[in-house]
Amino acid sequence: MADQIHSTKLQDKVERNVFVMFLMLAVLLSVGGLVEIVPLFFLDDTMEHNKRPEIVWQRQAGQTVADWKAGEGVRPYTALELAGRDVYIREGCYTCHSQMIRPFRDEKERYGHYSLASESMYDHPFQWGSKRTGPDLARVGGKYSDEWHAQHLRAPRSVVPESVMPNYPWLDNNKVDGSRMAKRMRALKALGVPYTEDDITAASAATGKTEMQAMIAYLQVLGTMVKFEEGVDYRE
Amino acid sequence: MEATQTEQKYNFEVVRWFSIMAVVYLVVGTLVGVIIASQLAWPVLNFDIAELTFGRLRPLHTNAVIFAFGGCVLMATAFYSVQRTCGVRLWSDKMAWFTFWGWNVIIVLAVITLPLGITQGKEYAELEWPIDLLIAVVWLSYSFNFAMTIAKRKTSHIYVSNWFFLGMMVMITYLHVVNSLAIPVELFKSYSVFSGVQDAMIQWWWGHNAVGFYLTAGFLGIMYYFVPKQAGRPVFSYRLSVIHFWALMFGYVWLGAHHLQYTALPDWTGSIGAAVSLAMIIPSWGGAINGMMTLSGAWDKLRTDYILRFLIMSLAFYAMSTFEGPVMSAKTVNALSHYTDWTVGHVHSGALGWVAMVGAGALYHMVEKLWNTRMYSASLVNLHFWMATIGTVIYITSMWVSGIMQGLMWRDYDEFGTLTYTFAESVAAMHPYYAMRAIGGLIFWAGGVVMLYNVVMTVRQAAGQRSSSAAAATA
Repeated sequence: MADQIHSTKLQDKVERNVFVMFLMLAVLLSVGGLVEIVPLFFLDDTMEHNKRPEIVWQRQAGQTVADWKAGEGVRPYTALELAGRDVYIREGCYTCHSQMIRPFRDEKERYGHYSLASESMYDHPFQWGSKRTGPDLARVGGKYSDEWHAQHLRAPRSVVPESVMPNYPWLDNNKVDGSRMAKRMRALKALGVPYTEDDITAASAATGKTEMQAMIAYLQVLGTMVKFEEGVDYRE
Repeated sequence: MEATQTEQKYNFEVVRWFSIMAVVYLVVGTLVGVIIASQLAWPVLNFDIAELTFGRLRPLHTNAVIFAFGGCVLMATAFYSVQRTCGVRLWSDKMAWFTFWGWNVIIVLAVITLPLGITQGKEYAELEWPIDLLIAVVWLSYSFNFAMTIAKRKTSHIYVSNWFFLGMMVMITYLHVVNSLAIPVELFKSYSVFSGVQDAMIQWWWGHNAVGFYLTAGFLGIMYYFVPKQAGRPVFSYRLSVIHFWALMFGYVWLGAHHLQYTALPDWTGSIGAAVSLAMIIPSWGGAINGMMTLSGAWDKLRTDYILRFLIMSLAFYAMSTFEGPVMSAKTVNALSHYTDWTVGHVHSGALGWVAMVGAGALYHMVEKLWNTRMYSASLVNLHFWMATIGTVIYITSMWVSGIMQGLMWRDYDEFGTLTYTFAESVAAMHPYYAMRAIGGLIFWAGGVVMLYNVVMTVRQAAGQRSSSAAAATA
């Protein structure tokens, strides 16, 4: 009975030897991921700035991220913005807010131009999100005043009565540590984010700012980096 | 007499502990779920306390139900069934206990760090790098012990449930290691080595396969052992199990891309994800049919066997949600469903209806075997069954309605060609469904409490029986 083959020879072999089964699985299970992930690092079509270099900020010699003007292209976050982004991650904002606008008419009217892959190229990790309990934030920058954001973060329902967002009063009390941010920028630089030494030195200026200021700086830069031309198809 | 023999032959003690902890984490994990569901209906419940806000508790909820409850169920059932199907004791008792304590330390660390806002910011992979390292070590100890137990088995062939467990172990190792690659900056702060679109694809390769392997392949392993055992009948079709096993293993890996339809991920990737997703209906239903048809000729057992009811109802939910999933991955449907509560409802039809129900059925089965007794109250098992079923149905129905309504409101235009609703109006419209969802979750959670009570009473009753029989033996 034990010697009888009930299926194919190969299947029988696999069922009799756990190491053969392990090897079969190890190979088979790697295929999907390899095919879908690896090309994304190499195919030029993945990132729009390969065809349109103007999407990325062209830094002139001696410039720091602080010299960048809105619309000049995707750039690394300043120390204060990065501090805000870290708060955004810490508070789990991504559990309710997306940062990825899809190419639909209603999303264009509600949020703005569809998001590009190049726009999140310096985002470690990405914060595209998967749920819109609250609205998309990919282009929230510049839509509201700093004062509105502060009020909204402290007490969302005081400005949007329908909101179900928690209050974040502690952001006013917590302070940003510039030297800590410098370390974090250095880590990001090691991962390929093009910070200069001057950018990192300038992080000390963030010391003493509140997390509220950092969060607002981050929100206000979202979606303002790339200037979109009318009628241009960025994702051909 | 027979009980003492199996006791010496197998390591059941570690299985007992995993089983008890699984029931405890079922109650804890779903309680956090009820809290965050209520916060969305009544935001005042965030209490202005940072550690209790939705954004921090939501990762705690997902980690608690997936890794604490799901993990303990998988470890209990895998260690139980591998010993029974191979006819040998676990390869290493010490390693099994290391797995138990290691896994529970990870859970405790998660409970501490997540409310403190210590997170990597990637869904279902929030735990920071030191905990990630610990997860890798404990997971490998679990997998290695399992594989070595199979290697020294007494049977000629490896039983089908073990194929699924093994597939899960290999894939989760891949996923966890790659998706968690990060550069540490501080003890509890790191940045993902990947960014933007690549990070997104890797994250959803992980995200969907945490569902596909951890919560599906692993739990199909559970199904293949416990359904035939509880029904007292052999698996319906061996051939079907072979075909659907390999198809599921090969295919599931590709599905992650369907979470990123219409995003900045290239179209080709999303399209492959959607195409394979559609094809996956076949292997998924192959498993569901194989499980359900195992009952052919014994359907009457469902009248009297409440544990079997859990197992079969879970397969019904499994078949339902594995049909719904491919539908939602199709681009046209996804355009509406993505970013809405429909996704949340879909996840919960799988998580509550399939994972928790099949888990509960397997746990009830094991509790009776492990303590060599009957459940303290069969009618409480039945009560739990109905609470779990009704709670799940209320939950997913309210999320269908709210999700589809949300999607339609966002894209609605008035006669002037402008957007009909502001975003805030869509939030306000969700309120009754969020309240209803919280009630559905509450009923499901209360069912878990009934289970915990029943299991504790069963264990106490078994201890009482043992001491009285021991007294009789010495007398």
